[in-house]
Amino acid sequence: MTISMDAGELLRLYEQMALIRGTEKAAHDLFLAGLVKGTTHLAAGHEAVAVGASAALRPDDYVFATYRGHHHAMARGASPAECLAELMSKATGVCKAKGGSMHLTKASAGMLGSYAIVGAHLPMAAGAAWSARLRGSGQVAVAFFGDGATNIGAFHEALNLASVWSLPALFICENNLYMEYTPIGSVTAAEHPAADRAASYRLPSEVIDGNDVVVVADAVARAAERARAGSGPTVLEALTYRHFGHSRTDPATYRPADEVKQWLSRDPLDVARGRLAEMGVPASDIDAAGERAAAEVTTAVAAAKEADGADPAEALTDVWADGGHQWRT
Amino acid sequence: MADLITYRDAVAEGLAREMRRDPAVVCLGEDIGAAGGVFKTTVGLLAEFGPERVRDTPISEQAIVGMAMGAAMTGMRPVAEIMFSDFLACCWDYLANEIPKMRYMTGGQVTIPLVVRTANGGGLGFGAQHSQAVENWALAVPGLKVVAPSTPADVIGLLAAAVRSDDPVVFFEHKGLMAGRADAPPPEHVVPLGQAATVRPGMDVTVVALAATVPLALAAAEELADTGASVEVIDLRCLVPLDMATVLASVGRTSRLLIVEENPYQGGWGGTVASIVADEGFESLDAPIRRLAAECVPLPFADALEDEVIPTTAKVTAALRRLLDY
Repeated sequence: MTISMDAGELLRLYEQMALIRGTEKAAHDLFLAGLVKGTTHLAAGHEAVAVGASAALRPDDYVFATYRGHHHAMARGASPAECLAELMSKATGVCKAKGGSMHLTKASAGMLGSYAIVGAHLPMAAGAAWSARLRGSGQVAVAFFGDGATNIGAFHEALNLASVWSLPALFICENNLYMEYTPIGSVTAAEHPAADRAASYRLPSEVIDGNDVVVVADAVARAAERARAGSGPTVLEALTYRHFGHSRTDPATYRPADEVKQWLSRDPLDVARGRLAEMGVPASDIDAAGERAAAEVTTAVAAAKEADGADPAEALTDVWADGGHQWRT
Repeated sequence: MADLITYRDAVAEGLAREMRRDPAVVCLGEDIGAAGGVFKTTVGLLAEFGPERVRDTPISEQAIVGMAMGAAMTGMRPVAEIMFSDFLACCWDYLANEIPKMRYMTGGQVTIPLVVRTANGGGLGFGAQHSQAVENWALAVPGLKVVAPSTPADVIGLLAAAVRSDDPVVFFEHKGLMAGRADAPPPEHVVPLGQAATVRPGMDVTVVALAATVPLALAAAEELADTGASVEVIDLRCLVPLDMATVLASVGRTSRLLIVEENPYQGGWGGTVASIVADEGFESLDAPIRRLAAECVPLPFADALEDEVIPTTAKVTAALRRLLDY
């Protein structure tokens, strides 16, 4: 199945990518202004993976992401304002400022978390897929992960078991060529760290252009259809690139200038813009979408700045299902 | 007279009762299906509930517990088995970083109603990687409920409460107690989490025990009864929630406290109990709080060596005599 991607739909996805890009840039600036503490792992450059996949999924499908997960939270429906508020330790944060940048979650939209222990969430996605099958819901579960996760045991345990049980799961690798600072190719005995491993678990795989939102949407739609039909998981390896370093303290000077230049010339926003132009969408319409996104980011930054700080009383809530933290009598 | 049931059969019975009651309860683990579990604690479940609800897994502890977590977040009530509690180390990320933290980190957005069952403890000569009592590992992590029953009836009652809990529970089944036989509980038997049981009333000294140290404490109490000492034995049943109200009330009456733990003294759960009694029950004490725990060494293989390391009835009796004489 190829999803129908008319100009209107693609323009909507372009605007969503622009919104994520603008929010990530705002997060970067707010960090430099001292308004975001800790660290951030910005997903600028990865927008097409999240937005393309989300466009191909049902609203009730499950998504599990990594600590570089702002784009997935927003692609599934978290607002820029609640994400920025979370980064800024505000009470209006999407996790009440108890998670922070690395743990953005929007469970009501099926976005079941951002996980900061590499690879840990792949078995969780397999479990959610098992749950969907047990309940006969027709949902699929998607794990997005970085190239670095492909060398940790949980990746292999999850792929094997999801294959053996033929679960409705999608494993989508965002291969941005670097684990943190080290090139993935220098420490991995496979050219394509996710896709090449899939065959050993009898899973189909595709290496796709992760900077082309239409390519991503089509591949995810095919994989989701296969999963819903009971034919089991698919591994997708989306090639993409970080526009920032690994985390806030990383200037990414280890990346060759030519490589950076080449990838920046394949910016997912520019790729989508090129496709829109080919489809006859006037530049003014594309610019207008970008301006709407920019305006929403401006509003979100203002709202997050104005919001109250985290409520200290919240430090002792939400440990248990009764809302409290009582562990003894 | 009630029927008798072994501790190991009580595990299967407790699981079957919950699976009959609630279709969301599903089990997964190594050898739990066709083989009925290496400790025969899941016998009959595959036949009654079928292979989709009772799933054999590969030796993949991360996948077992990680999948249970994903299923629990999406409407199921999974019960995952980790064959030996020592193997929790292979999936400790899930027990330490993922399962207990996601509700909190997301500001209460997700609920993780799962049980991780595991065979715990020594006394069977399995050596250092298959004999540890590791309930103190779980106690060290905020966000996990920790249960360790000592009787077949408590296995069924506490398992019912654990499965019905909307919080994650680590459920320690003691290997040394598996063959023990006692009265089977009636249908719908539920023991709420966090309620200790005073299994022997006494006036002179309180012994706080858990799982396999409960029968040791009871045997020592019986032995000392001949000398006129009246020993109260409390089975904690759970480390989280920890029923300190029962412990503090007992120490208020007896003024003496011995804690008997199978995990090592170093970092053992008795340190937490002792610190609370020292803090909140100090004025009722007539003697120092004593802890009898395992020696701080890896568990040795030979019986003669293992007995040197973990608590025995003789050690409990000797510790009680010293405390009563203080």
